[in-house]
Amino acid sequence: MLGQVIALVVLVLGTAALGVWWSARQGAVRAPRETPVGIDWASSGIALADRVTFVQFSAEVCAACRSTSRVLGGLTGASPGVGHREVLVDDHLDLVRTLGVLRTPTVLVVDGGGREVARMSGVVSDTQARQALSRVPAAAVQADGEGQS
Amino acid sequence: MSVSKGIDPRGPRVGASITAVLLAAVVLLGASTAGLWLLTFIMLSFLLGTIRGAEGSWQGLLYKRFVRPRLSPPTEMEDRRPPRFAQGVGLFVTGVGVILGFLGVLPAVPIAAAAAFVAAALNAVVGLCLGCELYLLLRRSGLVRA
Repeated sequence: MLGQVIALVVLVLGTAALGVWWSARQGAVRAPRETPVGIDWASSGIALADRVTFVQFSAEVCAACRSTSRVLGGLTGASPGVGHREVLVDDHLDLVRTLGVLRTPTVLVVDGGGREVARMSGVVSDTQARQALSRVPAAAVQADGEGQS
Repeated sequence: MSVSKGIDPRGPRVGASITAVLLAAVVLLGASTAGLWLLTFIMLSFLLGTIRGAEGSWQGLLYKRFVRPRLSPPTEMEDRRPPRFAQGVGLFVTGVGVILGFLGVLPAVPIAAAAAFVAAALNAVVGLCLGCELYLLLRRSGLVRA
């Protein structure tokens, strides 16, 4: 019996550690992943916004995708030149493999030229989304600022 | 409150905490016949939740009957598909343990219970969503089709 009790204690502690690590990763803004080839977003049916686009990969069985979608939708509605495109991984398995996406939601922050500048995965908060926007190079922001409508 | 399609997101998490306690009990029972029977009961619960959705499992009904009346109405509803997917993953993991257990490999019982415990406890406490973590990996590996 002692062995089982020890096993359970180890299991609970391990689960707690995993929970802390997992929670801390949610929506954290990370550096872009090096992708071997330029991505032709348009051919995948993803129309990029002028300045920056949140490209969100979602799934129907993903609860966190819904709240992330609401956060990004709200943010882009209030920011000119910033777009939000949500796609189902089922429809874009090739793109998902090319981009190295492993979980949903994964959000790629893509600049106007189609380059990934940051990525986030897991539930994205409004603060994290704004933090990701600040990663877009100043040049791209300025170019948009001049032509802002 | 809109009663549109969707379920109270707190329901599956309360259900997962009940399931986690039962799975912890299986770990305590160890590689024993008693553990095998309790894991079989949990597996059948997951089967019910996979067929009827998490809200239709006995844990979901307990929540609806005893917990929800004491809480304020949910601020938002959740799609029922993610919790149902998680029930299916639970069914698979506990099912492997039960099958191996009945084949005489009793150590598989607490091991399968431990694996399911990690997912159930994280779902209950920090809102881990198995559909978010596993679905794409299963699709990419070709084990699951749309």
